Amino acid sequence: MLAYVIKRILSTLPVLGVVAIVVFLLLRLSPGDPAAIIAGDNASANDILQIREQLGLDRPYLEQFFGWIGQLITGDFGYSIYLKRPVLQLIGERVEPTLALSLSTMAFAIVLAVPLGVLAAWRAGTWIDQTIMAFAVMAFSVPVFLIGYGLVIQFSLTLNWLPVQGFVSIHKSVGDFIRHLVLPTMTLGLVYTALLARITRATMLEILNEDYIRTARAKGLTESRVLVLHALKNASVPIITTIGTGLALLIGGVVVTESVFAIPGIGRLTIEAVLQRDYPVIQGVILVIASVYVVVNLLIDLSYSLFDPRIRF
Amino acid sequence: MTQSLQQGLSHSGLSATRAGLRRLWRRYPLSLIGGFVLISLTVLSVLAPWLAPFDPFEMNVVDRLREPGEEYFFGTDAYGRDLFSRTLYGGRISLLIGLSVAGLSTLIGLLIGILAGYSRSADAVLMRIMDGLMAIPGILLAIALMSLARPGIGVVVVAITIPEIPRVVRLVRAVVLSVREQVYIQAAIATGTRLPRLMLKHILPNTLAPLIVQATYIAASAVLIESYLSFLGVGTPPEVPSWGNIIAEGRLYVQIAPWNIVCPSVFLALMVLSINMLGDGLRDMLDPRLQTRVR
Amino acid sequence: MRQIARFFLRSSLILSVMTGLLGLFSGSTGSLAQDRDKTLKVVVHANLQILDPVWTTAFITMRHGYLVYDTLYAVNSKFEPKPQMASGHEVLDNGLAYRISLRPGLKFHDGSPVRALDAVTSIKRWMARDPMGQRMNSVTASIEPLNELTFEIRLKEQWGLVIEALAKAANPAFIMPEKVALTPANTQITDPVGSGPYIFVKEEWRPGSKVVYRRNPDYIARNEPADYMAGGKRALMERIEWLYIPDHNTALAALTAGEVDYFEAPPLDFINTLERNKNLKTVDIDPLGTQGLIRPNSLYPPFNDIRARQALAHLVKQEDYMRVVVGNPALYKPFCGSFFHCGSDNGIQLGSEPFRQPNVDKAKQLLKEAGYNGEKIVVLQPTDRAQYNAATMVLIQSLRRAGVNVDVQAVDWSTLLSRRASRNQPEQGGYHLFITTQGGPDTAMPVSNVWFNTRCENANPGWACDMELDAMVAAWSRERDPLARRPILEKIHRRAWETLPYVIFGEYTQPIAVQANLHGIVAAGMPVYWNIERK
Repeated sequence: MLAYVIKRILSTLPVLGVVAIVVFLLLRLSPGDPAAIIAGDNASANDILQIREQLGLDRPYLEQFFGWIGQLITGDFGYSIYLKRPVLQLIGERVEPTLALSLSTMAFAIVLAVPLGVLAAWRAGTWIDQTIMAFAVMAFSVPVFLIGYGLVIQFSLTLNWLPVQGFVSIHKSVGDFIRHLVLPTMTLGLVYTALLARITRATMLEILNEDYIRTARAKGLTESRVLVLHALKNASVPIITTIGTGLALLIGGVVVTESVFAIPGIGRLTIEAVLQRDYPVIQGVILVIASVYVVVNLLIDLSYSLFDPRIRF
Repeated sequence: MTQSLQQGLSHSGLSATRAGLRRLWRRYPLSLIGGFVLISLTVLSVLAPWLAPFDPFEMNVVDRLREPGEEYFFGTDAYGRDLFSRTLYGGRISLLIGLSVAGLSTLIGLLIGILAGYSRSADAVLMRIMDGLMAIPGILLAIALMSLARPGIGVVVVAITIPEIPRVVRLVRAVVLSVREQVYIQAAIATGTRLPRLMLKHILPNTLAPLIVQATYIAASAVLIESYLSFLGVGTPPEVPSWGNIIAEGRLYVQIAPWNIVCPSVFLALMVLSINMLGDGLRDMLDPRLQTRVR
Repeated sequence: MRQIARFFLRSSLILSVMTGLLGLFSGSTGSLAQDRDKTLKVVVHANLQILDPVWTTAFITMRHGYLVYDTLYAVNSKFEPKPQMASGHEVLDNGLAYRISLRPGLKFHDGSPVRALDAVTSIKRWMARDPMGQRMNSVTASIEPLNELTFEIRLKEQWGLVIEALAKAANPAFIMPEKVALTPANTQITDPVGSGPYIFVKEEWRPGSKVVYRRNPDYIARNEPADYMAGGKRALMERIEWLYIPDHNTALAALTAGEVDYFEAPPLDFINTLERNKNLKTVDIDPLGTQGLIRPNSLYPPFNDIRARQALAHLVKQEDYMRVVVGNPALYKPFCGSFFHCGSDNGIQLGSEPFRQPNVDKAKQLLKEAGYNGEKIVVLQPTDRAQYNAATMVLIQSLRRAGVNVDVQAVDWSTLLSRRASRNQPEQGGYHLFITTQGGPDTAMPVSNVWFNTRCENANPGWACDMELDAMVAAWSRERDPLARRPILEKIHRRAWETLPYVIFGEYTQPIAVQANLHGIVAAGMPVYWNIERK
């Protein structure tokens, strides 16, 4: 077990290395020039040249890359070109909204999707199944921002129940924190719910055909016991895997949702940084997000043995 | 697989197809509807130059933000351009992007996947690169890629394709690995069947079914992601009226001229929905075991 | 069926608890109501990232500057310079020396007094950076403090614009503490301590989302009523929150729902809708308006030829641009032929007569004469700036109608900013045409209108080159008698419509939208936040 864990942890290192190279190459090949943006709306060409030199943007790429890697190893993610503040600090300030939105979306999706998926599998082929699956396909087919606009027009402008935009820290007011999260969570949650519901249904369908389910039913266990204790427990591994791999999808959605609802999270930070070519910030954010992705999936990998006793390392 | 196709073709006669259709309708009604909608949308888009009543690029500033009516079926946008014509033309772009991304990513993914599944030394390197790409959320990667070159359909296609490749590679590699262990393949290797022949005869047919299903899902998500990129301001250039682009341009007017986003959105959603429905049906038809695979 | 029901009941238990909590909390906002009354929430047009208003010309940083800093002089609504931090000045030695005194009792946010030395250091830093400051620097012999509150500017030659320069509204000489102002002009300052009506709250600054200012309790406002940038800057709101909401739809919804008070740049198509809403009102804070301009690149053919630039001007039908960019006819004039704002004292339109109506045939002929023969013309199109994007669309269409082979290069605004600074060949990363806007009292004067600068290499991107025109502008700036200036201005304007440093595509108004209960909004040409109260 321990050997496996160590091996898995070590195997993430090359992944992160690849991420670092990809990210670095991506951005340094891009044509936009942060110096021009910093100089402002009415700047002259000479100003821009000067700023380029100041920022070290005129040094060779290889030198810039190794300088950057060296800093990363010492935990220094560099400074934002514009804000002159440490990248990690910027990310730290933005973590709360993004984390809150991601977690609430996941919770929303799991609470909604797993029962729906189980129900659809249990009543496979009936109108219940078809309705649920039709909803799932549809949720997948409508752009997230349209769902967002629709919800805002309905719940904020027409009914006046919930705020249109923004984010309130949980430390400031728990009530406002929740109120501000409801619409974004629903917006983003629908897609994720659809994804999870489909996987749950598919996995459950397979398991419900297994012999041991038939045995359990024959033993006279109640239907809910069979479904939850026997079937769902065994279906949990693929479902949890999907939650993990769906994280990338979720973060993509977070970027769009944060834009719609003006939530000051990591997604907005990234978009702003990309539009302005703030290299250190983009590199830092993508690296951090990729690391989170890798770590979460590592943990999920390791947790399989908890959910499925058949899996041993 | 090829054999069954040939059999199917040899049976063809009008009554036989009709019976076949009826059977399909009973078993896969959703995918048939999906296929039908998709074909209609495709025909509409392909015939856009003949169907569109106006030049989709012609600005008529006096007629801006007109409501849908007899002259302009879908109304006009903020530049006084006819939205119906733009939507028809937009279908071509969105379809093109969906098809190209699906085609490119499956093709590249297939090659890399076979290579990885076949050669253990290549596998280690390739899969690490794929893992690295997987770890960067697709939209972020696409956004970053978009800043690399002049915006154009080509760049959008590449930007959406790259994040999709690892998924295809994983799928193909898994199939290749499992096929490799089969007795008849082992036998084929033992009897000295050459690699290209092995691929063509045994491995490719086995990967085809899951690949087709995966390709439909990729096409659907490509159309959606294009609209996200346009929404975030890093999509196709405004000169190219893709659906995502039309929606992104029109979204400002959602409160005073909602037709600006309603019409193209309905088309976009219909297209994605129909591809997804078709994909679901194909998945069930081609291989029921595939139902467990992550889409 | 009963099993289904039970199943659902159990699994949705958590959901209903969540909904219940929601209902519980939805009424709990009352306690914050009082803070809310004294807080002004503003949706700003851009993301504040740089705190140094001398180092960058970004508009958002300038507006930040007006909150935390103060200026020695400021212009009133007649564009006359009035003392602001200054108590007054004397002109000595036949116009070669200006002796300026500060109002006593002014303090920086850190509590230290504002001294003449602070003002001197700040002016020196500003002169190193700002174009008008640079002109002033070239005629300045020395600037020295005489005592705690008085300093003297000595000139090498007569220059009529010393006080105008210090009162300049855009990119003005903000007064900073000496230790901050000692920073070299090409290095950013990060310390936002000023002596202005509001204090920057650094702890609450979330770049990309939120900037917070609190009232400066020590600020001494002048007694005169606020008038454009001049007069008393009374800080009536305790707190100002700048929110950056890049999605206009969301910003509009937030304004409609009362979550924000003040929307700096509402999309112009929505002005009518906003005006119909009883809870909101729109206010025109910019009497001069915004000038839209098409900038040709004078380095390369065809636009290095006057005739090609004239052809461009012949293709522009301002009303078409205005319909698309602005929409609402109440907010623009069908034609404005002045480089210096049609509504300003300098707003003459001499020389514009041949260009009032577009003339495609004339344009084609001129292009031919300029040697244009179907080569690709590179137009930069900024896709993330709605108004610029719209104007570029019209430009492209009109060029195509004249048979020009247009190569549209869609870029985001930040890429455009770097592209437009490139002196490369248009097909190698350069360009032929781009669109931008400008406004305010600076535009209204030939000497401070930045795109009107025609000093070739030293001009703004596009490198307009007409040293003869520049000599006229210099002559205008040396002349102190308004009556004698007039004929020079007329000569300048006629010349400009011939050599065309840029082509005007229209002049329009960008009103702001606010909650109807806000009063005292100052029409200062740009959003300023003093004097505003909620009634």
